Amino acid sequence: MSALTFTLKISPVQRVDCSPLTPEQLNGKTAAEIAALPLWSGKRQLRVDELFDISRMGDDGGDDDSEDSNDDHIVFLNSSAHLDRIGQGMRSGRITVHGDAGDYLGLELRGGTLELHGNAGHFAACAMSAGMLHIHGNSGDYLGAGLVGERKGMRGGTVLVTGNVGDRAGDQMRRGLMLIEGDAGDYCASRMLAGTLGVLGKVGRYTGYGMRRGTLLLTQTPLLHATLADCGTHTLPFLNLMFKSLRGLPSRYAQLDQNRVRRYAGDIANQGTGEILVLLPP
Amino acid sequence: MIINGVSIDDTFAEAFGMRATRVLITAQNHTWAMHAATAMTGFATSVIACGVEAGIERLLSPEETPDGRPGVAVLLFAMGSAVLMKQLETRMGQCVLTCPTTAAFSGIDSGYPEITRINLGKNLRFFGDGFQISKQFGGKRYWRVPVMDGEFMTEETTGMVRAVGGGNFLILAESQPQALAACEAAISAMKQLPNVIMPFPGGVVRSGSKVGAKYKSMIASTNDAFCPTLKGITRTELSPEIESVMEIVIDGLTAEDINRAMRVGIQAVCELGRAAGIHGISAGNYGGKLGPYHFKLREIMSAGGAA
Repeated sequence: MSALTFTLKISPVQRVDCSPLTPEQLNGKTAAEIAALPLWSGKRQLRVDELFDISRMGDDGGDDDSEDSNDDHIVFLNSSAHLDRIGQGMRSGRITVHGDAGDYLGLELRGGTLELHGNAGHFAACAMSAGMLHIHGNSGDYLGAGLVGERKGMRGGTVLVTGNVGDRAGDQMRRGLMLIEGDAGDYCASRMLAGTLGVLGKVGRYTGYGMRRGTLLLTQTPLLHATLADCGTHTLPFLNLMFKSLRGLPSRYAQLDQNRVRRYAGDIANQGTGEILVLLPP
Repeated sequence: MIINGVSIDDTFAEAFGMRATRVLITAQNHTWAMHAATAMTGFATSVIACGVEAGIERLLSPEETPDGRPGVAVLLFAMGSAVLMKQLETRMGQCVLTCPTTAAFSGIDSGYPEITRINLGKNLRFFGDGFQISKQFGGKRYWRVPVMDGEFMTEETTGMVRAVGGGNFLILAESQPQALAACEAAISAMKQLPNVIMPFPGGVVRSGSKVGAKYKSMIASTNDAFCPTLKGITRTELSPEIESVMEIVIDGLTAEDINRAMRVGIQAVCELGRAAGIHGISAGNYGGKLGPYHFKLREIMSAGGAA
């Protein structure tokens, strides 16, 4: 096993579309072929080796001299917020990013694991349908939302964020699991269609705005707008099952073990079968 | 073959292919899980008139259940998949959905060559009248149905496998109390085994049947060859000292499960022995022409090292 490593060597002036650099698309390509791949940057195309030093490192950190790339692990070092669309459409394998990432991180992710050690831009996990996106840092607006004009957001998979997220997290989310350890901005879970979204920190205004179905799990009572209805306190056995399924995750959610909640239903302006569950002390 | 004075007949039990499923029922405590399981497995002694043969397999500790609550494992057997699916749905709806605090989960997910997913709570969700909520965890879909005690949670599907039904043995004793005591000993030992149920009341059946009858409308009638009161007027299988015969019927997920259960049960009877009034062990069959599974008593007991 070895990791194909792209170390950013310049500070890009324009944004760079990194979507061609996924394990599947690079599988079987020689180092020269990878170096010559074109990446869009603004209105220009740049060769990969104009932007990155490319190396192939063994898992032990040493150099791997094999000519053909057949590894399924890609590493970005010294990454910057100008690198957009990292891991777009990835179906399998692993991408690890050290440094910040630009917008559309994990766009249309369909499998595999994408891990970011830094902050992500807007629209991370956008239109994602499977796999795991783990952000060790903050994420911008529209986390797990749909592409502009689409009627559905994230359709499956797991998103973990250790830091804070911007506005509209989970907008039109259709399925899957999004677990945020920090705070969320305004309109969290807006227009949510289904799935489970958790926020351990604070949430902003208009939480669950236009929410149709789905579960928003919180630890603090949010500012409730008029069309969220209080359904009282309850002990819900399904939470045992849910928290049990989270035990293996590298997240603070793995330690949750409560099933006493206050339940708010809504948004009754839009079908109203969504729920906001606020965890209560046992 | 004679074990502790008990004669093992040179015969075999004839069994049939069935379809089976397992459901895990959990509740606030074992008492309420058992209430649901008892209701769900009620009137399920024989496929002849009950649709399914069902029984409680064993109690489950909180560590063994999906939601970490005390539970009970229930097995249901039917002659075909359509009947099994229908019976499962009606019994889930009337016996588990209705029982306070319960939840239901799939009991067969792996370990068998062919597993078909059948509806467990998939249609029960409509009881929620639009307020039901679907949740997916670990690749499985669950339904949360709002009910008056809170929420009823059920997995969407459970696994159905090909199984074996109709394994049996007969206990021939000097008296009715002695036959019953031997049955109780056998059932007590067999209930410790996984993957099998003994569907009749208390695990024991006293009305063993033969195929057909003098009446045209009857497809089965009393097994007169084993009825002690008819010894003088029919072609009896009983020696003069036999006053009572009882049968234990076993359904198992595999033939090997039935084999093991028969061995353990017969062994328990033989341990009581001739001194307790037990004269012989026999088995019910139809001449070997109807059922594809033949459980030969002497082979089973030889394999157990009991001879």
